[in-house]
Amino acid sequence: MRIQWLIGVCAALLLGAPASSETLRIDWLEHQVTPPPILSNIAAVPESLGLDGTRLAIGDIRTTGRFTGQDYALNETVIAPQDDFLGAAKSVLADGAKVLVVKAPAPDLLALADLPEAKDVLILDASTQDDALRGDDCRRNVLHTAPSYAMRADALAQFILFKKWRKLALISGQLPEDLAFTAALKRALTKFGLTLAGEKEWAFDADMRRAAAAEVPLFTQDLPDHDLLLVSDEPGDFARYIAYNSWLPRPLAGSEGLKPVGWSGVVEQYGAAQLQNRFREAAGREMAQGDFAAWVAVAALGEAFTRTQSTDPATLRRYLLSDEFRLAGFLGRPLSFRNWNGQLRQPIPLVTERALTALAPLEGFLHQTNELDTLGIDAPESTCAAFGDSQ
Amino acid sequence: MIRALLLTTLLASPAFADEVWVTNEADNTVSVIDANSLKVLHSFDTGERPRGITFSRDFKRVYICASDSDAVQVMDPDTGEILHDLPSGEDPEQFVIAPDDRLLYIANEDDAITTVVDTQTRKVVAQIDVGVEPEGMGISPDGKVQVTTSETTNMAHWIDTETHKIIANSLVDPRPRHAEFSPDGAQLWVSSEIGGTVAIFDTSDHSEIGKISFTLKGVRPEKIQPVGMRFSPDASKVFIALGPANHIAVVDAKTLEVEKYILVGRRVWHMATSPDQTKLFTTNGVSGDVTVIDIATLEPIDTVKVGRFPWGAAARPTSK
Repeated sequence: MRIQWLIGVCAALLLGAPASSETLRIDWLEHQVTPPPILSNIAAVPESLGLDGTRLAIGDIRTTGRFTGQDYALNETVIAPQDDFLGAAKSVLADGAKVLVVKAPAPDLLALADLPEAKDVLILDASTQDDALRGDDCRRNVLHTAPSYAMRADALAQFILFKKWRKLALISGQLPEDLAFTAALKRALTKFGLTLAGEKEWAFDADMRRAAAAEVPLFTQDLPDHDLLLVSDEPGDFARYIAYNSWLPRPLAGSEGLKPVGWSGVVEQYGAAQLQNRFREAAGREMAQGDFAAWVAVAALGEAFTRTQSTDPATLRRYLLSDEFRLAGFLGRPLSFRNWNGQLRQPIPLVTERALTALAPLEGFLHQTNELDTLGIDAPESTCAAFGDSQ
Repeated sequence: MIRALLLTTLLASPAFADEVWVTNEADNTVSVIDANSLKVLHSFDTGERPRGITFSRDFKRVYICASDSDAVQVMDPDTGEILHDLPSGEDPEQFVIAPDDRLLYIANEDDAITTVVDTQTRKVVAQIDVGVEPEGMGISPDGKVQVTTSETTNMAHWIDTETHKIIANSLVDPRPRHAEFSPDGAQLWVSSEIGGTVAIFDTSDHSEIGKISFTLKGVRPEKIQPVGMRFSPDASKVFIALGPANHIAVVDAKTLEVEKYILVGRRVWHMATSPDQTKLFTTNGVSGDVTVIDIATLEPIDTVKVGRFPWGAAARPTSK
């Protein structure tokens, strides 16, 4: 009986006719944030960051669905900064949403994941980088497709070690995301046996567009000698004015200069050029980390639906966390999810404005199971307890 | 001793000065290698980002996919002169010429389309909607079935060359890059780069009859990424390029067992067999060279430096 059914499915697939007319509903749920003010007036964060990646991926998986007889419905819910996210989330769930791709700050994401009606849904977090959400605050129904701060910091630390840059200095901004990235950088340096020779907090409120040439040399003059100046300035406020204005002529890395990122417009190898072309054509701008995280989330759902032929969130989740799941993500290695905290394993490009400088994990950073697990919090050190049954 | 060597060289080279052509993706050139002396004879300019390369079946023309020029270029292989472009659709990556030497099937990677071009009238005969990022292109020896693989849709699409309609779709492991029919037409082999596997199909009913995985000592499974494939001249073996694993797997075509792994240059893509069928040439993208393998002993015998990021390979006999 079972075998007969399987043959039936195969035959239908072979004829090119729809095997089933099942539709997977995917909900894009976004709580917009008002970005913190930054000094520069150029290159604001695109409003459609993430959503453009989602839309592109829906097109991609829908093309696949044409041949498997599967379809997708994308429901977009975008909530303004001042509006009630949780209320909107509840209505979406009441409307029948079972699989969600979410772009929202960590507190919103947790509130959503903890709703009783969200217990059995599958949430793909496509924006946060907070390590706590992959550790103490992890949730069983949430998978993360953006790299964590720890993964990005480890990628940079591997490169620093590879370059044998031993003397390091750090300038940190004071916003919560700056502090989170700074903590990740410090943890990564310790992990790879590196130390900071000196560090300073950025505390200016002057307009650097005018004053950088005068202020930055003095500000950086009392830092001990260093090979590389690390900067933690996640919204892109001040670090761009440190470049070339520092007391010592030193390269920058971190939030500016050489940046470890989930994605960038300069990534072109491993077939990435094709994805970049498709994205540029659809969105009219370069693909960024937030877009790729959303693209990957939707592509992963498409792959899971294709292989399992199921729209059941539990079945999809099980497949995504299994060893069978290998996603082609244009980064040269198969992408998969860590079954101890739901984080997507992914290589981390180290990029400048115009080129890919290196792709982490770097050659020689070994791991007993998967070299991608040299980036971020590995299973033995994970404090996430919600994934016990998945391992 | 010297005389003996000279004699061998004299006997071997003028009679069969066959050539192996390699596209250099990052140099916009093709390198022409003498299949016997293993010297680079010429380097000819092409359009931007040349990848797929194939000769017409009479070897009078060479077709080159200049991906970033959105063109398939037609070159006179004797002079290196580009005669004209064929209408190719956007971003052509790979193609395959029909046994009738007339129709060219082109994968348009950016458009999810297979374009069929008549090389004589230079007109597009048909465009077939396929999955996202079509790449691998194979055609059955009798010319009746063309297979396009789509990298992001993870499928082999079987196309009837008479109606230009899809007759079947086979799901394969992630990122299928290459499709190769067995010389007798009974089997279709499809390599999956990210899946790390090669699936084998029975062409009579499109059913999967086997799947090959690879294990290489000291190489991480995720680095084993099968791409190009080629049957040995006697069809008893299949050579499979393993990409960043820097090896060619030699697979017994009957038992599907891997017999041997041959170390080649870095990020090996595609292969061509010398027209006298004694040597295999592999394009090594990252190391910018070509490894030459003796097919009888399965040992690498030489490395030929070519341009930057060699990708496609094709051979032609030039013996007069």
